[in-house]
Amino acid sequence: MSGLTLNSVRKDFGGFTAVNDVQLTVPHGTFVCMLGPSGCGKTTLLRMIAGLDLPTSGEIRLDGEDITAVPTHKRNLGMVFQSLALFPHLTVGENIAYPLRIRGAPREEQKRRVDELLAMIHLPGYADRPVAKLSGGQRQRVAIARALTRSPKLFLLDEPLSALDAKLREAMQVELRQLQQQLGITTIVVTHDQREAMTMADTVVVMNQGEIRQAASPMEIYRRPADTFVADFIGSTNLIDMETDSAGRAVVLGQAIPGLSAPSGGKAILSVRPEDVQLTAPGGDGAITGTVTFVRDLGGTIETFIDCSGRPLIAVSTPRARPEVSVGQPVGVVLDPGVCVVLDR
Amino acid sequence: MRREAPQKLTDYAPLAFPAIMLTLFFVIPFGTMIAVSFFQRQQGGFYTPAFVLSNYERFASLFFANVLGFSLMLAVLVAICCVAIGVPFTYLLTRMSRRAQIVWMVALLSVLSLSEVIIGFAWSTLFSRTAGITNLLVALGLMEKAVALSPGFPAVLTAMVYQALPYTILVLYPALVRLDPTLTEAARTLGASPLRAFFTVVVPALRATILATLIMVFIFALGSYLLPQILGRPQHWTLSVLITDQAIYQSNMPFAAAMAVFLVLVTLAMVALTLFAGRKREAAA
Repeated sequence: MSGLTLNSVRKDFGGFTAVNDVQLTVPHGTFVCMLGPSGCGKTTLLRMIAGLDLPTSGEIRLDGEDITAVPTHKRNLGMVFQSLALFPHLTVGENIAYPLRIRGAPREEQKRRVDELLAMIHLPGYADRPVAKLSGGQRQRVAIARALTRSPKLFLLDEPLSALDAKLREAMQVELRQLQQQLGITTIVVTHDQREAMTMADTVVVMNQGEIRQAASPMEIYRRPADTFVADFIGSTNLIDMETDSAGRAVVLGQAIPGLSAPSGGKAILSVRPEDVQLTAPGGDGAITGTVTFVRDLGGTIETFIDCSGRPLIAVSTPRARPEVSVGQPVGVVLDPGVCVVLDR
Repeated sequence: MRREAPQKLTDYAPLAFPAIMLTLFFVIPFGTMIAVSFFQRQQGGFYTPAFVLSNYERFASLFFANVLGFSLMLAVLVAICCVAIGVPFTYLLTRMSRRAQIVWMVALLSVLSLSEVIIGFAWSTLFSRTAGITNLLVALGLMEKAVALSPGFPAVLTAMVYQALPYTILVLYPALVRLDPTLTEAARTLGASPLRAFFTVVVPALRATILATLIMVFIFALGSYLLPQILGRPQHWTLSVLITDQAIYQSNMPFAAAMAVFLVLVTLAMVALTLFAGRKREAAA
């Protein structure tokens, strides 16, 4: 099949397992973001796809061909490193032309391709500048262009935007996504920034402790997290203990929630996004009673911190959709069973 | 980092100590040597203050031209050999584990504890017919019978490279450690084999360091006077050997001083030329 397939890929460093039996299929032309806390094995996984590290076991296939043991320089891929790794002794043009020069391509072809790529990254006429004279964003673009010189089958980026300031990073995310769609190239980005992943990816792969916890579209990851780690790592969430009472109803913080499926094992954890927590007058039907402990008014949204019999909850709402409450007041909390997710403990 | 220019006289205080040391141990002895090089030699081993150019006039002979030429050629060759061995070696060394690096470094530094005399005699034994390495080759069946490899030019070159290599590696090591390892990885992802990546990325990126190392080893090798005597024939003697000979055995201090001054001038000229060539290439690139 067309695209990249990882089959039970595993990497051990001494006694430490960095990547544990990873199974992943990346269809041709998709944009995948590998997301996870530092040390979760995402960079190691990317380096194995690039051939810079060899897997302890498992196989990597690209367009059906087993490339597990193929050396890096014979895999047709482009990679952008976190440090960018631009060659300091070469100019912008020479950096971009490097893959062609190595292959012994004629000078005219090198020049034509460099001009083409410089136009693509909106830096026309920069060919003769030394890389040391470029700004952070420009260096970033040059690194991207250099990785694309050979029109690779696979485009890999390791935390590519982490060195940029917030505003530039957001602009580059959009630009990178547009570039990928324009070229239709299979792309894998490693990042620890979830906004980055949500902005760019077709598929977000959430990793923790060397394992893939969930691989799905950004919306699905957000709306239907597979476990408590994913629910907590992506966005913010309220994780609340729930149980089944003797009548077989789902009970959350002492309040039976009709319409919520009761956990089969008797106990489970409910994940509710703060924007899905509705506030009402206390004592309403089906409402959990709590006390407001803190209000953070951010203008566009208001965060209300509530204490429900010792259990903290956060509700986020727009100013108009929220009853007037102040610190110390009792408040009713309504959980909509349609948007809550029941997760195993 | 921005530094302010010194404002007051006391701001120059940190310079005082190095300045005094340099004056005391370099400027004064070197000044004395320059002065002596113009003195008049007395038969019997002494010299009287004078201003004569006769010591320098003696250079204008084919013999000295040959010795000088050989000395420079030997030093250049030693420098090139050291860098050619040292750069790949140090590159691989920096990619080893911390432990392995320490073991190698200790082994290399222990070579520095050997005096030139010991190195010379150790190599002359290794190159001898009776106990040398050719016996090993005979035992392995690679050679018919053991031969003496010393005295000779290859023997001198080998021993001098051996002596200078630890310095070469020590000078190269910090630069190679600081070299971003992702540079070669990037080259590999762009289609360069590891060997290709080394020559197209590591070597050019370290151009300035390599040039500095070449100059350092060149100057170091130029001062060697024991190894050519122990391992070489008289035609392999360097200018440094002649200086020693004049100063110690012939007791001709003015002539020895003149040769030393001359050697320093030639060395400086060559270093300046190398730096100039390096800068010119950098500007062209």
